[in-house]
Amino acid sequence: MNLTLHIWRQKNAQAPGRMVPYVMSDVSPDMSFLEMLDVLNEDLQKKGEEPIAFDSDCREGICGTCSLVINGVAHGPDRGTATCQLHMRRFKDGDTITIEPWRARAFPPVKDLVVDRSAFDRVIQAGGFVSENTGGAQDGNCIPIPKVDQERAMDAAACIGCGACVAACKNASAMLFVAAKVSHLANLPQGQPERRRRARKMVAQMDAEGFGNCTNQYECEAACPKEISVQFIAQMNRDYLRAHLATKEEKAAVGVG
Amino acid sequence: MNAPLTLAPRSSLGSKFLMALTGLGLTGFVIAHMLGNLQLFAGRDALNAYAKALKDMPLLLWTARLGLLAIFVAHIVYGVRLWLLNRAARPVPYHLKTYREATLASRTMLWTGLVILAFVLFHLAHYTFGVVARAPVKDLTTGHVQYKDYHDLQQMYGPALDRKSRQDVYDMTIYGFRDPIVSLTYVVAMALLAFHLSHGFQSLFQSLGVNHPRWAPLLKVSSLALAAVIFVGNSSMPLAVLFGLVGGDVE
Amino acid sequence: MNLDPKVPDGPLAEKWTRRKFDLKLVNPANKRKYTLIVVGSGLAGGSAAATLAELGYNVLCFCYQDSPRRAHSIAAQGGINAAKNYQNDGDSVYRLFYDTIKGGDYRSREANVYRLAEVSVNIIDQCVAQGVPFAREYGGQLANRSFGGALVSRTFYCRGQTGQQLLLGAYQALSRQIGLGKVKMFPRAEMLDLVVVNGRARGIVARNLTTGKIESFAGDAVVLATGGYSNLYYLSTNAVGCNVTAIWRAYKKGAGFANPCYTQIHPTCIPVSGEHQSKLTLMSESLRNDGRVWVSKRPADRRPPDQVPEDERDYYLERKYPTYGNLCPRDVASRAAKQVCDEGRGVGETGRGVYLDFRDVIRRLGAAGIADKYGNLFQMYERITGEDPYKLPMRIYPAMHYTMGGLWVDYHLMSNLPGLFVLGEANFSDHGANRLGASALMQGLADGYFVIPYTLGDYLVNSKVLGEKVAADHADFRKAEEDCKAQVRRLLSIKGKRTVASFHRELGHVMWEYCGMARTEVDLQKALQKIPVLREEFWRDVTVLGDGEELNPALERAGRVADFLEFGELLCLDALQRRESCGGHFREEFQTGEGEALRDDEHFCHAAVWEHQGAGRPPLRHVEPLKFDYVHLETRSYK
Ligand SMILES: Cc1cc2nc3c(=O)[nH]c(=O)nc-3n(C[C@H](O)[C@H](O)[C@H](O)COP(=O)(O)OP(=O)(O)OC[C@H]3O[C@@H](n4cnc5c(N)ncnc54)[C@H](O)[C@@H]3O)c2cc1C
Ligand code: HEM
Ligand code: HEM
Ligand code: SF4
Ligand code: F3S
Ligand code: FES
Repeated sequence: MNLTLHIWRQKNAQAPGRMVPYVMSDVSPDMSFLEMLDVLNEDLQKKGEEPIAFDSDCREGICGTCSLVINGVAHGPDRGTATCQLHMRRFKDGDTITIEPWRARAFPPVKDLVVDRSAFDRVIQAGGFVSENTGGAQDGNCIPIPKVDQERAMDAAACIGCGACVAACKNASAMLFVAAKVSHLANLPQGQPERRRRARKMVAQMDAEGFGNCTNQYECEAACPKEISVQFIAQMNRDYLRAHLATKEEKAAVGVG
Repeated sequence: MNAPLTLAPRSSLGSKFLMALTGLGLTGFVIAHMLGNLQLFAGRDALNAYAKALKDMPLLLWTARLGLLAIFVAHIVYGVRLWLLNRAARPVPYHLKTYREATLASRTMLWTGLVILAFVLFHLAHYTFGVVARAPVKDLTTGHVQYKDYHDLQQMYGPALDRKSRQDVYDMTIYGFRDPIVSLTYVVAMALLAFHLSHGFQSLFQSLGVNHPRWAPLLKVSSLALAAVIFVGNSSMPLAVLFGLVGGDVE
Repeated sequence: MNLDPKVPDGPLAEKWTRRKFDLKLVNPANKRKYTLIVVGSGLAGGSAAATLAELGYNVLCFCYQDSPRRAHSIAAQGGINAAKNYQNDGDSVYRLFYDTIKGGDYRSREANVYRLAEVSVNIIDQCVAQGVPFAREYGGQLANRSFGGALVSRTFYCRGQTGQQLLLGAYQALSRQIGLGKVKMFPRAEMLDLVVVNGRARGIVARNLTTGKIESFAGDAVVLATGGYSNLYYLSTNAVGCNVTAIWRAYKKGAGFANPCYTQIHPTCIPVSGEHQSKLTLMSESLRNDGRVWVSKRPADRRPPDQVPEDERDYYLERKYPTYGNLCPRDVASRAAKQVCDEGRGVGETGRGVYLDFRDVIRRLGAAGIADKYGNLFQMYERITGEDPYKLPMRIYPAMHYTMGGLWVDYHLMSNLPGLFVLGEANFSDHGANRLGASALMQGLADGYFVIPYTLGDYLVNSKVLGEKVAADHADFRKAEEDCKAQVRRLLSIKGKRTVASFHRELGHVMWEYCGMARTEVDLQKALQKIPVLREEFWRDVTVLGDGEELNPALERAGRVADFLEFGELLCLDALQRRESCGGHFREEFQTGEGEALRDDEHFCHAAVWEHQGAGRPPLRHVEPLKFDYVHLETRSYK
């Protein structure tokens, strides 16, 4: 099939960017979206033009590297699908497709379709863990964990850290990502000792990174390749509220305040 | 960060809680205000009695008024602040942005909110301060219709009191809504208020951390229902007056 | 080349305990005086960096992805083995050890494998404590599933995302140390060279992939955990960025490369759909529990599968291996598929595929029953192929998946270069000639959490590196840095006509054709002729646009492909010289009458370790003999 692509090109963070049209012919419907871009890049290089930079690694929807806004939708039209899993049979001959990077102040551009998502790493560094040194763990079966709790924790833990939630949200809010990690650990006994402190610290870091605020629009859930539920946002809101309603002594003990 | 109140200005979640709580408060006011006002349909006596009852509790009234003012101001200030922050969070806009879940209402909260603000100012100018000269009054001798504001009305007829010497809120309301422009303004404003609430009401539960898979669909429906009830309830008054369904007893 | 494995004395079960006691400890107050360099943030590198930082060392950690959480370990689906015996089905440390040795076709070091089995139980405990949401039973206990090559149920899992959850556990531990300032993380940084000063590994040269800056980093020891080299074959189940660069450059600086020809091919992948294909996707092996593998009895049969009558179908695995049937091990199933396709009976557009048919089980359990079990896999298949596997049989074909070979390491996981430690898939240590499912995750975490923290300290004390601080402006660093810069300049200056990807594709094709699932002397010789020709063409005619001072994915890839073009030759050489069939290395000349792998324990019961001799000179083959004091060498049979 033949396609017209409008792709964002930007030399580096300082340079201004613009949409550039490309015409592609003979696109096979069996190609993945990224393979289609590979082919375009091959053609560009043969013509002596610099290829389009975009991020990808696993190409099977688990590493969270790929990150394209396709026709205004983060990760493209299929629900529960990362960009790398999207296939060209989803499009029709003659279609025009716009391709843009994640856009958010907290994800500064690097080049073309590549952005810097290290803000997510810093949010995790602020508290997205269980403070457990290697070596001292007791037997894994010592604390039985109800299956429902484990399943719920797993639902949240499935987040691949891609940032589509931020890209899709009108407010460029990172709530779904942060809530997924907070809730993953909050649903397990291991996460309890640091539960409130974790919520507090991660939210503070999220704010410091310059993400927007959530106004409950649920666009993030629709774009999320792992279909993480916005119910986890509600859960985090609860945890956060509790962290702040705690007594002074409790706060001192968990380091909140 | 010790007192829960100081958390709000600093964090995104604090702001969210504040929006939700003030939104809840405003929703409560709107419902109560509407129920009170609907006594218009019960006739002059009922409405004026209700107004008098409120007036007779000045302490409560003024506490409520001040509280309401504070809630309103906080809701507006935070609403605007959030909007500004959110806009700054995406300095370069998308060339093409497609929404799949986010409703139009959720994306226009600031704008519907600002219209509501404008309405409230108009509403206060209209009834409370009486500076809107849109009450059509027929001169009994000449038969001419003149537009007056409530100050004029009070001067023409002396303090507008009813037969039981209560402030005649009933008369005022009827006069107020006889003008099509005023009535229409109210109806449009009510539509936008309903729109604001259709997202706002369900949203505030999520903000406060109340979202359960079992209740989520019900909440969505009740949010829409509430918005509809508020729209119908509030609009029924200006429309009823405009079409002469009530107020036949006012010349 | 010093290939002393440093295996401790004493009975197998006590070796590690004894060695741990003998290892020197670093004074806690001194730990913060050391700087350790960890390259890689996968299960092996991430767990090592976190644990070393917890102990008090300063750690510099590097990965080429934009975040350490994206290392390729994230893609592992199936699970992780551990000898917990929670199921009371007769598992034990010794059984896991035995299964792993046997699965590896008796080509691994007993003591290492035993230690791996021994610490496997600690891994599960550690991960649970970190909050890894392993599957649970209704009673709240940890759940297990069974996996290929074992008769006990010892695999722990998190839905189909085990690697992801284990990696996130390690990543979170690592993030905590980054937050505490003990680890300095360098994402989007690619190691381009190892720096050896006075015979000891003292640092690396890395390129900042965002700014293009090539910079040296000095430390007291270097840990490489850079994963496997399956991407030499161009198409593999690995992430597109996986590379051999780090360990290849270390090899060129004197580290021994062991058993490069031990590669694993996974039988159930989605077949190639065309030239554009950039990677292959694994379909979980569990599908073989219910699906039946077949092709038509007639060659070049173009009929759609549902029109091939039952008696014209050849369920060749069931026919050849009546006992194991569709469940025979990976290498056996892969070769059988290749065989029927070579006979012209392959299916699909390309003729490179076989059917995996669920018709019978769908009849038995109904579509809903199957959806329950494999729903997400069926969905994934449909998304990629556009075919509905509820109606049509799946098409599958083997693909490159894992590499058992890697840098040679001793019992301490140190290479022959003092101060250079190698962990995870990057080393050669534990899987011999074939890896069992769910054992790679186990090995990566064993190495990082439970081995390196002990053995590295011992090296630091014994080598007295602290008294010999080397800075990044040392002449050897300068030289290495200059070499790397020169290579970048050279790549950018060729300005030829062919793209990097086209060279990579061609190299992969040569490797797959001549050194793939089944290898022959003739084919290997062909490959050994073709690769240098291709390499020469690459350096003459490759085109790399853009410049070196910014993000430049084509340039990154050019460097990786350049290394593959050298490494492929070594792999073929190793395959040529290993004149036996074992595990994933199948030489057609060496098979039983029934077409099964024929080992030659008399001549090849050793690890082959290659030593670089300088450009243009053939590498030297050394051996580390393998001694089996506990297990008995047998011939595998799955009939
Ligand atoms: C699809 C798939 C499914 C699998 N399923 C299973 C399973 O179910 N069970 C199981 O046990 N095993 C499984 N495996 C195998 C297992 O996942 C890997 O062997 C293992 O995760 C490797 O871990 P690692 O830490 O050694 O390397 P990786 O996780 O690959 O990490 C390599 C790290 O090194 C970095 N790096 C690489 N090169 C450089 C460089 N030049 N400079 C800087 N940094 C560099 C990378 O950035 C990365 O951080 C599977 C593998 C695949 C591909
Ligand atoms: C009687 C009048 C009003 C009522 C009943 C009301 C009600 C609500 C409610 C319930 C919410 C949802 C809060 C949440 O999601 O947690 C909300 C949000 C909002 N309101 Fe109002 N509001 C009113 C007036 C205003 C006014 C005057 C403004 C003007 C600025 C405004 C601006 C906003 C904005 C921007 C939001 C979005 C915040 C968010 O979604 O989180 N509102 N309102
Ligand atoms: C058709 C619908 C409405 C009618 C008939 C109505 C009527 C009135 C009347 C009669 C008063 C009393 C004036 C006085 O005694 O001074 C009043 C006051 C007020 N109304 Fe309304 N109102 C309506 C809708 C609204 C809405 C939707 C809002 C808010 C969003 C609102 C906000 C107020 C406020 C803030 C006051 C002042 C209260 C006070 O002085 O204590 N009204 N309204
Ligand atoms: S929550 Fe979903 S969209 Fe957001 S980072 Fe995680 S996986 Fe991506
Ligand atoms: S789309 Fe944005 S507004 Fe909240 S619910 Fe999701 S983060
Ligand atoms: S490339 Fe890994 S999720 Fe898309």
